[in-house]
Amino acid sequence: MPTASKKIEVTNEMGLHARPAMQFVDAANQFESQITVFREGDDPIEADGKSVMQMIILEAVKGTPLRIEAVGNDAETAVKTLAELFESKFGED
Amino acid sequence: MEIKKGIGVSPGVVISTAIVLDAEDLLIPKRNVEPELAESEVKRFHDALAVSIAELKKLRDDTAAKHGKEIGGIFDFHIGILHDKSILTQIDKEIRTQHATAEYAVAQVCRKYANTFAAMTDRYLAERVKDIYDIERRILHTLIGQKREDLLHLQQNVVVIAHDLLPSQTAALDKVHVRGFATDVGGRTSHTAIVARAMGIPAVVGLGNLTSEVSGGDTVIIDGTNGVVIVNPDPDQLLEYREFDRRNQEAEIVLSGLRDLPGETTDGHHVMLQANIEFPGEIEDAVNRGAEGIGLYRTEFLYLAADHEPTEEDQYVAYADAIKRLNGKPLVIRTLDLGADKYTNAQMANPERNPFLGDRSIRMCLHDIPMFKKQLRAILRASLLGDVRIMFPMICTLMELRQARMVLRDVEEELEDEGVKFRADIPIGMMVEVPSAALMANQFAKEVNFFSIGTNDLIQYTLAVDRTNEKVAGLFCPAHPAVLALIRDVIRAGSRNNISVSVCGEMAGDPLYTLLLLGLGLNIFSMNGPDIPEVKKIIRSTTMEHARQVARRVMSFDSERQVMHFLREETRKIIPEAF
Repeated sequence: MPTASKKIEVTNEMGLHARPAMQFVDAANQFESQITVFREGDDPIEADGKSVMQMIILEAVKGTPLRIEAVGNDAETAVKTLAELFESKFGED
Repeated sequence: MEIKKGIGVSPGVVISTAIVLDAEDLLIPKRNVEPELAESEVKRFHDALAVSIAELKKLRDDTAAKHGKEIGGIFDFHIGILHDKSILTQIDKEIRTQHATAEYAVAQVCRKYANTFAAMTDRYLAERVKDIYDIERRILHTLIGQKREDLLHLQQNVVVIAHDLLPSQTAALDKVHVRGFATDVGGRTSHTAIVARAMGIPAVVGLGNLTSEVSGGDTVIIDGTNGVVIVNPDPDQLLEYREFDRRNQEAEIVLSGLRDLPGETTDGHHVMLQANIEFPGEIEDAVNRGAEGIGLYRTEFLYLAADHEPTEEDQYVAYADAIKRLNGKPLVIRTLDLGADKYTNAQMANPERNPFLGDRSIRMCLHDIPMFKKQLRAILRASLLGDVRIMFPMICTLMELRQARMVLRDVEEELEDEGVKFRADIPIGMMVEVPSAALMANQFAKEVNFFSIGTNDLIQYTLAVDRTNEKVAGLFCPAHPAVLALIRDVIRAGSRNNISVSVCGEMAGDPLYTLLLLGLGLNIFSMNGPDIPEVKKIIRSTTMEHARQVARRVMSFDSERQVMHFLREETRKIIPEAF
């Protein structure tokens, strides 16, 4: 099964709050790959990228290092698209 | 099996299947469904989910149209959560493996997330806990609302178990299939109690955490007479209660044959049997059981049922309704008896230290003349529609009685000035329910047209006993010689002054005291409708001569035990099945 992964950092001021989390999950749901988001650092946890609740629970405030991983046929595109959301700061700022 | 003791607020016994109503604003107790019903419970959850999502979409679009897309977007987050598979699966699993109710599963899973959110250090994210509560409430509201809706279209008889029943909930009940109520909270004057009595079905309130101990579908016995609820009774108890129920029904059939016969002793002495009511709707049933009129119409419910003071018109409509249903039979309207254990919202805001000795009943009315006048106007306006009488409660001094009459006269003058017609010679009576009034009955009798003895309060004030206080309730006894002496003297004063005397307290409906009260010369027995046939049966089975002998004998005793023992023996001779 094709796997893709990318490390990113939360750069938008408000962090991964309700609206960006929804945006992320909506985007993730467009792909058939299984998407997992890992919070790295001292207290690592992971979240199902298609679950808005789990994404919120990542408590990914500004500056949090994350790793997006996708497993499935469209893994490559999925990771690229999802990482771009973070890079564009979810259209905020 | 679980036996729970509460306060019986509406008599009778029912054995039936329970429906448990949760409340969305309260903690949902853990409760199970039958394993084979788990799938349909999962479906209930998903149906409620679909409804909630549809509601949220509408809310989002309406909000977006009014306040812009940004604000409407808040609801997208809620919708997103309701689509979140990781949450939905957990709820499904809780129902499937734990056999939890959908309500409990939703509350349980939401609570878990609420805790996680609340523990977050980021303030903004921690605030999202409010969204979780909001979502939880929305689903529960739909689930519980659906269940309430189901209560309108029942296929079989049920009893309703709830934390408390609100007017909006009881209004939407299938009155044919709901056979009893049991609630966690409440007292004698709670809405549940009032509605149960009006519907004539058993109810027990103040049961603590009953809702967490009953699951939908459990068999429950509600014994409203003794204030007991038995959850999943064992076969012996079931048998015992079924037998009890069967005997009651048999007795009911025999007693209903008495309905149209007069309350007359075998030697031709006639007494009047009347009923006490709280709602006009109770009249049919009372008349069906043989009531020759209403000896006590409690008017507080209009004040307690709504959160605002009823208007003159509200009251007029209720009184006119009652009069119409009585078809010419007498109706004694007791003016407001609020305070003590019956509070309006306003009174509750300023609790008294000793409410039974406080600003209650007629005292309160005389402190709030505009309110009092409103009620008297409504009564007078209705007075031409039938045989209406006015009764003032809790009179302690002649001054109070005269003041109340003066207010009545003022109202009459006002109505005359307005050209409104009313019955000018409307009979005026008073409750005798405090020792001072009983001791001065001879003087009072010259200023009223009738007495009605309120035995419950008279006993409480004479013996200084609060019968709702478990530690002293045993001291509350109608058979106490001091109480009996007061009752005797009031009846005597009435007969000397040619005014009628009734008893409208619980004593009137207790077959143990029928012979005694009859023998003391009581003219009217006013009681709860269901008690009439048995009391009538005793009266119709004895002679006045015998009753007088019983009374003389009773008045010679100096302890309540002797009195009760003797009365039990004498009554058993007449109706052996009574005790």
